[in-house]
Amino acid sequence: MSEVTQQGESKLVAFKGGGFVTRKIKWVGPAVFIVLIAFMEWGTRVGFISSLTLPRPSDVFGTFVDLWNTGLLWKHIIPSFTRLGVGAFLGVIVGTAVGISIGLFSYVRAGLVPLVAAIFPIPKIALLPLFVIWFGIDEASKYALIALGTFTPTVVATYGAVDNVDRTLIRMGQSFGLSWRSIVFKIVLPGAMPGILSGLRVSLAIAIILLVAAEMLGAEFGIGAYILEAGSLFDLERLFAGVTILSLLGVVISALVGFTENRLLGWRT
Amino acid sequence: MKLLLEDICHSYGQLQVLKNINLEVPDRKIVCLVGPSGCGKSTLLRIIGGLEKPISGNVIQVGSPPKDSINPLTYVFQDFALLPWRSVEGNISLVLEDHGIRHHQAEEIIADVLERTKLSDFRKALPKQLSGGMKQRVAIARALAVKPAAMLLDEPLSALDSQTKELLMDDLISLWSRQPFTAVYVTHNLHEAVRLGHSIVVLSRRPGKIREIVNISKPLQERELGDVELEKYQKHLWNLMRDEAISADKELLDV
Repeated sequence: MSEVTQQGESKLVAFKGGGFVTRKIKWVGPAVFIVLIAFMEWGTRVGFISSLTLPRPSDVFGTFVDLWNTGLLWKHIIPSFTRLGVGAFLGVIVGTAVGISIGLFSYVRAGLVPLVAAIFPIPKIALLPLFVIWFGIDEASKYALIALGTFTPTVVATYGAVDNVDRTLIRMGQSFGLSWRSIVFKIVLPGAMPGILSGLRVSLAIAIILLVAAEMLGAEFGIGAYILEAGSLFDLERLFAGVTILSLLGVVISALVGFTENRLLGWRT
Repeated sequence: MKLLLEDICHSYGQLQVLKNINLEVPDRKIVCLVGPSGCGKSTLLRIIGGLEKPISGNVIQVGSPPKDSINPLTYVFQDFALLPWRSVEGNISLVLEDHGIRHHQAEEIIADVLERTKLSDFRKALPKQLSGGMKQRVAIARALAVKPAAMLLDEPLSALDSQTKELLMDDLISLWSRQPFTAVYVTHNLHEAVRLGHSIVVLSRRPGKIREIVNISKPLQERELGDVELEKYQKHLWNLMRDEAISADKELLDV
């Protein structure tokens, strides 16, 4: 018997895989952008892509340089940033506060969760005329639109995060006789921070989307107004220049949130 | 200070978990609670610590706790319950801050308990940098910091590997010898029970009732790994529990 098994074929045990582990590869991200833009540039120069379908990337860049040189860039960016900043700040602050109250108080949860679920799917853009009536055509209605748009995702992310805080930690706080305030500020809030910050990524991206919507009515300057004007004139170069600014803004905000996460959440394994 | 449990009954809905528990936890003695899984020993400990309310019966503190006791009944959790965002000293100062102990005074207590649990070199470390045994040491240091009149330990060594367990048992014994404390120690590990318990309370399967109380008179410091006398006690405890453990294992959980 044993001879048979020994004489039998011998072969290497095949490697079956490492469990879908992801690796960090830095250069691929930029490379994708470069290849895509280079393809668009080549296609429009050769005539393979007509200039009506896509603007030439170098022309878009030229438009961007014009914007810079004429000083119009800042004239558009500053009001947009103010709207984004004020609106998102209001939405995030109020949203976090409401989210935490939902997480902590059963009555608030029972009362507000259905309400938030009802508000969440409403396209906030549809409410712009209403906000104009309520808050006037000036800045206030734009702030309100962006604030409402960031409010709902922040609430949902925050109370989910509070629910996920380890209950043993709270029980520990109670067993050591910590006050309710201390438990909330020293245990619940820091414990919910990872969830709140990942919610922030989503709500800030929504804020950028709504910025364009907010500038549809009664805005002379602003990136959104610039894009909408270019769009209605079918000026693709300017349209793309504006869109590029928004994309860059998204990348910057995401990087800022990432930086905050690294600073605040270094304790995570 | 001693603890007196008077006729404690508890149930979750229809399910009765504890029935007529009468028990005395003497001053400066360690009482171990053992029993098959699901017999309600952790529930009983939570009731003693005031983290859960029994359906009927009372837990009474006889005699007032020492004046310097900050949190008379202090819990040690199985999964350590350390705040991952606070360092070792931060986790200890957390439980002092709320009792108005700060700065110099807190500093003194923290240095003292870290020294007693051999953690002085790890003051600034975050929980994620520590091994399981070290984490439980931090939790014990935190419990000592509030100068408890009674410590309630809920399977404190169950999440640790067996070598670390032995080391921490030795540490607990030397902590107790240096400054005896009252403790209720819940475990399912009979070896821990005979090493650390002055008396061992065996609970029966659900609904948990006291089946027998085994007293071991041998001083803690003299108990060692592989002690023949302790082995006998352990065997006796196992005989008490075996049948119940088997039927507890086969039970369907309808919770």
